[in-house]
Amino acid sequence: MYEKHLMICGATGCLSSGSAKVHQALVEELAKHKLEKKCRLVMTGCPGFCEVGPIIVIYPDEVFYCRLKPQDIPELVEKHLLGGEIVERLLYKGPDVDAPARFYDTIPFYRKQKFNVLRNSGIIDPENIDEYIMRGGYRALSRALKMEPMEIIDEVKRSGLRGRGGAGFPTGLKWEFTYKAVGDKKYVVCNADEGDPGAFMDRSILEGDPHAVLEGMLIAARAIGSDEGYIYCRAEYPLAIKRLKTAIAQAEEYGFVGENILGYGFNFKFNIKEGAGAFVCGEETALLASIEGKRGMPRPRPPFPATSGLWGKPTVINNVETYANIPLILREGGLEEFVKIGTEGSKGTKVFALAGKIRNTGLCEVPMGITLREIIFDIGGGIKGGREFKAVQAGGPSGGCIPAEKLDLPVDYDSLTQAGAIMGSGGLVVMDDRTCMVDLARYFLSFTQKESCGKCIPCREGTKRMLEILERITEGLGKPDDLDRLQELASTIKDSALCGLGQTCPNPVLSTIRYFRHEYEEHINEKFCRSGVCKSLFDYFIDPELCNGCTRCARICPVGAISGERKETHVIDPEICTRCGSCVERCRQEAIKVTRVRREADVNH
Amino acid sequence: MSSEGATLIQQPEIDLNEVDALLKPYLGKKGMAIPVLQKLQERYGYLPRPALEYAAAQLKIPLSRLYGVATFYAQFKMQPRGRYIIRVCKGTACHIQGSPKVAERIEEILGIKVGETTPDLKFTLEEVACIGACALAPVMMINDEPHGRLTPDRIKEILDSYE
Ligand SMILES: Cc1cc2nc3c(=O)[nH]c(=O)nc-3n(C[C@H](O)[C@H](O)[C@H](O)COP(=O)(O)O)c2cc1C
Ligand code: FES
Repeated sequence: MYEKHLMICGATGCLSSGSAKVHQALVEELAKHKLEKKCRLVMTGCPGFCEVGPIIVIYPDEVFYCRLKPQDIPELVEKHLLGGEIVERLLYKGPDVDAPARFYDTIPFYRKQKFNVLRNSGIIDPENIDEYIMRGGYRALSRALKMEPMEIIDEVKRSGLRGRGGAGFPTGLKWEFTYKAVGDKKYVVCNADEGDPGAFMDRSILEGDPHAVLEGMLIAARAIGSDEGYIYCRAEYPLAIKRLKTAIAQAEEYGFVGENILGYGFNFKFNIKEGAGAFVCGEETALLASIEGKRGMPRPRPPFPATSGLWGKPTVINNVETYANIPLILREGGLEEFVKIGTEGSKGTKVFALAGKIRNTGLCEVPMGITLREIIFDIGGGIKGGREFKAVQAGGPSGGCIPAEKLDLPVDYDSLTQAGAIMGSGGLVVMDDRTCMVDLARYFLSFTQKESCGKCIPCREGTKRMLEILERITEGLGKPDDLDRLQELASTIKDSALCGLGQTCPNPVLSTIRYFRHEYEEHINEKFCRSGVCKSLFDYFIDPELCNGCTRCARICPVGAISGERKETHVIDPEICTRCGSCVERCRQEAIKVTRVRREADVNH
Repeated sequence: MSSEGATLIQQPEIDLNEVDALLKPYLGKKGMAIPVLQKLQERYGYLPRPALEYAAAQLKIPLSRLYGVATFYAQFKMQPRGRYIIRVCKGTACHIQGSPKVAERIEEILGIKVGETTPDLKFTLEEVACIGACALAPVMMINDEPHGRLTPDRIKEILDSYE
């Protein structure tokens, strides 16, 4: 019998901060003390708090250790595992707690979260089906197998579940259309393309709890009468693909997948398809084309996939997180629990990826209806380095930014849309006063422009023209009528583009103009970028009041633009400076400021 | 959609018997174009023209169709690439935390632009839209190794650590 369970995060975030080396150190240290039989070491899915990774949670003691390094391991093993004593030094510390925090319930990052979809992530071994079953897994499937298709669909409809992949279409309704569609063969497809840059919810679900997605798809298949499914996963997620393959093999062995599942005469087979790097393939019709081995180009709808999908057959296509919700709804008594959470129009929870200039980056799951302020300040811990919050981008390249005055907005499908953003897949990228909103709009447009498949003219040509204007503005060549022209192009593209990519890509531009018009005007009329991002529109200067002559900036400057003696005020030569910003990062005094470019006209005065 | 470098690099000879063996498991099934291309690229690091021609014939689809599929997806490359593939993340989180400056510094040091390969076939510089390590932005991958929390002045040291 194991006495201790050590759950070490093996998801991409923690791996990037070195959890593989920590794992290796633990293996060696456990062997050294002959603890392998007493302590079980598991590489789990993401517990969410990537900022403080690598993370280990020790059960049953419920202790959360973070920011671990391989050299911390001998002490951890000695004191905690052998001595039964908590290693204070390695607990969570931060400005938001008075004393080092021991477990989830005392760490502010976790306090307002509600774990539904992430119920198993970080707790079970994702490569072991028994652990999923022990936590109630596959019970919803065995219940669904006893029900009539319309009974299943009815429960999903009553749950109010809406698609988590972007548009928020009611899932039950989609299933009903597909159930009623006529076809000798039907498909169930899982959209795991997760193309929104800055979002990683689906990856974490797949890496942390792959069986939940499989179970959801199996239930969908039973409901619509399908015997074959595809999971379309982006190739950038090799670990997710590996875990899915393992999960499918184990589920087959246990009789949850294959022929005559659990003796109910129901057959189902999974296929995994790897994406090949095209954002537009997240769009459902493009995704289906890609599975068929074609260029991933969208086509007009109708016909919707529900009637004519993969190889022309009726097809249900849902997002990863949508499927992961299904077992919660279909298990005994699950529906009643599910509808208790959320708002009138948006039921359940939503997983968000917190990134950008926020203190606690990572993944969080919250009840619908929570405010953005709670997510960003209570869970996210506010802005990094105590700077000023400027805006949050929700929904990626199809979404929009939300400014400070809208922070008390409840998070649900309808209110986010009203604010000019979208729920999207759940990426929240937080921006501070050093993010330029014009540059952000340019960034998103350059993204969608590159990813435009080129099939329809509004998207192919329109995004290009919009991008040209935005590039001009950020280079200091903006003209007074540029804003009108941008808005006109934006509304034309929205109305006339073929697919969701084109129809939504003007959103980042429109929402930044709506809330940050003054920044555009400053770029155009005053040739000034106050955030210090657009290189031709600002100079750096060193505030003599703050500079203490430490020489750090002069030493880091790659072009030798900074001069000054030790302990004396330094000066930047704007003629040489390339505005790379290295000195700003280096300066401990925050003495390097952004200022307007001194132009000939100013000098002559 | 994928951008290719301007430097023309000599393409090595390839053995079509090997291509034939690689293709075997995929023949006679539906929708196999992308998996086949992925397999070829996994083997050669790019898609050699003779291999594409051979695969098109085996899959019984016109070469133009296969080429159309290959050039649509960013993953597929038509030119040989370096031993080390540097992928700088251009996702939103990385962008606002300075990944353009990181990419610029790499371009300066290696003397190549994004999409290009150094003439000694050591490094290829590419961009990727989010590898899902946004918490550590800005991020780049060199082959399978992620490097997070980058600043321009750390780049030289990191590149130098690759032989
Ligand atoms: C350009 C574009 C990209 C999309 N990318 C994704 C994606 O990465 N993941 C996803 O689940 N849905 C994505 N969608 C939404 C899908 O088209 C589709 O609505 C979704 O998979 C349906 O599943 P749901 O109802 O469960 O949300 C995208 C849509 C568009 C227009
Ligand atoms: S945006 Fe760079 S890793 Fe996600």
